[in-house]
Amino acid sequence: MLAFSKFNWLTLIVAILVQLPITPVIAGPGTEKTLPNGLKIIVKEDHRSPVVTSQVWYKIGASYEHDGTTGISHALEHMMFKGTKRYGLGQFSQIISDNGGDENAFTGKDYTAYFQNLAADRLAIAFELEADRMRNLTLPAAEFAKEIEVIKEERRLRTDDNPVNLATEHFYANAFLLSPYRTPVIGWMTDLNVLSVDQLRTWYRLWYAPNNATLVVVGDIKPEAVFALAEQHFGPLKAEVITPPQLRIEPQQLGIKRITIKIPAKEPYLIMGYKVPVITSQQDDWEPYALEVLSYILSGGDSSRLQRELVRGSQVAASIDTDYSAFSRLPELFTLDGSPAKGHSIAELEASLRQQIKMLKQIPVTEAELARVRNQLIASKVFQQDSIFYQAMEIGLLESVGLDWHLADKYVDKLSAITAAQIQAVANKYLLDDTLTVAVLEPQTMDSNSIPSNSSGVSNVIR
Amino acid sequence: MLFVNYLIRISILLLLAATSASGIAAVDIQTWKTDNGAKVLFVAAPDLPMLDIRIVFNAGSARETLPGQAYLTNSILAEGAGNWNVEQIAERLESVGSNLNSGSLRDMAWLGLRTLTLQPALDTSLETMATILTSPSFPAASLERLRNLTLVKIHKSEQQPNEIGSKAFYQILYGDHPYAHDPAGTPETITAITRQQLIDYFQQYYVASNAVVAIVGAVDRATAERIAAQVTSGLATGQAAPALSEVTALPSSTVKHINFPTAQSHIYTGQPGVTREDPDFFPLYVGNHVLGGNGLVSILGLEVREARGLSYSVYSYFIPMQRPGPFVMGLQTQNSQAENALDVLMQTLRKFSQTGPTPKQLEEAKRNITGGFPLRIASNGKIIENLSMIGFYNLPLDYLDTFNAKVAAVTVEQVRDAFQRRVKPDNFATVIVGGNSRVMTESH
Repeated sequence: MLAFSKFNWLTLIVAILVQLPITPVIAGPGTEKTLPNGLKIIVKEDHRSPVVTSQVWYKIGASYEHDGTTGISHALEHMMFKGTKRYGLGQFSQIISDNGGDENAFTGKDYTAYFQNLAADRLAIAFELEADRMRNLTLPAAEFAKEIEVIKEERRLRTDDNPVNLATEHFYANAFLLSPYRTPVIGWMTDLNVLSVDQLRTWYRLWYAPNNATLVVVGDIKPEAVFALAEQHFGPLKAEVITPPQLRIEPQQLGIKRITIKIPAKEPYLIMGYKVPVITSQQDDWEPYALEVLSYILSGGDSSRLQRELVRGSQVAASIDTDYSAFSRLPELFTLDGSPAKGHSIAELEASLRQQIKMLKQIPVTEAELARVRNQLIASKVFQQDSIFYQAMEIGLLESVGLDWHLADKYVDKLSAITAAQIQAVANKYLLDDTLTVAVLEPQTMDSNSIPSNSSGVSNVIR
Repeated sequence: MLFVNYLIRISILLLLAATSASGIAAVDIQTWKTDNGAKVLFVAAPDLPMLDIRIVFNAGSARETLPGQAYLTNSILAEGAGNWNVEQIAERLESVGSNLNSGSLRDMAWLGLRTLTLQPALDTSLETMATILTSPSFPAASLERLRNLTLVKIHKSEQQPNEIGSKAFYQILYGDHPYAHDPAGTPETITAITRQQLIDYFQQYYVASNAVVAIVGAVDRATAERIAAQVTSGLATGQAAPALSEVTALPSSTVKHINFPTAQSHIYTGQPGVTREDPDFFPLYVGNHVLGGNGLVSILGLEVREARGLSYSVYSYFIPMQRPGPFVMGLQTQNSQAENALDVLMQTLRKFSQTGPTPKQLEEAKRNITGGFPLRIASNGKIIENLSMIGFYNLPLDYLDTFNAKVAAVTVEQVRDAFQRRVKPDNFATVIVGGNSRVMTESH
């Protein structure tokens, strides 16, 4: 899922049919507690290093926004660093810095999250500051006037001047008619131009409250001590009446959609997306898991189908990837995107991808492929435990999209249980032309609005 | 009242910080040489059943005769080895859940592996890695495919203002020095490079005397010794790469404008900086943390972004390399503000260089660096990065243990003195990539 953050910063085979044993989970299983004001706290012990990550996840993001105020969640994320009555402008970041911490924040379609990574004995500092800005932000108008300019520069940097990202933004806006997933997280520039600090104040009051947040702590800590500390700092905060916006249901797509994005660029780019379901709290269906395995079969590593067949085999693609996240609040797209290899066209690339989809529908994937995916998943689960930050992110994400965080520990088992017949079934049920959107970046000459070429070259200037 | 309250709270928080700065976990680095002469650095990490290994060669683009030679040599290694073709290599590794990674920069080129320590994952992965380094087959068909992919990659980079700017910046900073050219090569050189040139490059530079092996994972010393011997067994002893030529200081200020159809101008300004063993390294590193190396808390972050709203990202840093790597300050802003933003960058640097940091600023930077030390060694992934760096740049084995003390010892006077002697804004090279703006017309 696309996230924006406050600062800077994817033949013939002799298959080895081995099944790795399921490895033990080293980090603690995790413990949860909910305060009377509704704040849910999830703590996971990991004593390998004397460090901790503290993350506050709010259930608010671009998919909650209305037309005309797009980008407001991300703008508010920026303003969360502009001070409270108690800790004035710049104090938050300065205090975390003085304590040797890393901090940042990021906004997605379904969440806004804030984190600090610190030596484990300094967790109280993070709690003190996060609790304070959960309800006491001052949102000064003069600071907003400057910060919105920073956000517009961020949009120019990430989207307007980046051909692939600009094409992707147009792709999502066209793929969905009503679903809020059509909205870019950073917001449309015309909305950013008219966004007001008063609108942000209302947004802040409505969504920033203990009963709309999840506090996730992973590291060299004891759950009881974390709960006590959280009670002390977050306990006094008042809950808010949370009223999620009326959900706008995406109407059934009635046929293939095609768009062209003509912008200054050098290389063409193709992105295709099918409408697919995700895991919901009401229904723990196998279909989204089958779609995840299907995604691994197509693009999970160098031995995956698209690398083997399109990048190395026919050599139609220079780069190719698939993307799908079963952990989303609303129905998503299963996307395939990439660029053609030298001497090949976008049309050839699209035809090759559609041929691969057709094969998935007609022929069951092999046991060797499934075994590979399973072993990759088992290994990556172990590898992920090397990062306390990643462990906390997985928990925060699940909770924020309305799922049970325990799913993080069941995920590998769920995917491992998927069969070749189930993958074939979801391919036939969901990867349909009538729900497909295809976007093509058609490069236009990059010097169309240029000034004369004598402006290029080295010259001596005294400053 | 609120103000007083706030001051008290701040001092409590700082007291807490000061009292807890001592308890630093040491990293027990063990080292030895393989029989054929490769240096090994090893840290035992028994908690997770996994192993990271990275073999770093002094074989980056600074060694090549044709731009792109080092990158293509590194890229073709996993394309075929022993009796295995590219499909079999990928399948062997991924069927046991392992990840192979490789990369090639200006100084270093490496091959890395992350694997479970369970069987058959461990043996299968290590055998595959050893074969890749012992008998790569440099398949001719793979070279043609990699050639085409690299040409697309270079072409695509020409639509990214940051890549255009960064390439131009290195070219101006380093002139005739091998750091000047881009590691990805040029369309002409990528088209011209032959298979034999890749084999020659491999035979000269991918040798044990020119290698550092970093290992972190759930194995004991004896097993680590066997693993290091296994993966390097096929390497010739060879010779360490000779010292690179000296970098020449910039003689005068230059501004290069690259006209580009973007809403923003990307600005890069700087000069050749420092090596890792430079005696001024710590004063410059800590000083730069105050200036522009600590995000929005840095002076540049405060002046450019917080006070003026000119840019989303603004930074300054030294990139220490075998020979002085760049000192660079940078930002991106809408074209009409480019001149103003560049002025703010330069004035901020000049003022900082003149006065040095305030004692408070220096103290705050030290607190951030030393207090954050546990985070820098908190995972196997971070430890292997540190081992590769320590091994490649021949830093002492106690580098991590003494790091905080060296940071703490830096004084205001040392920072000011080091910046005045070493950073010469009058001779900076500036690169601006973007659309039409006043700063562009003025300089012509």
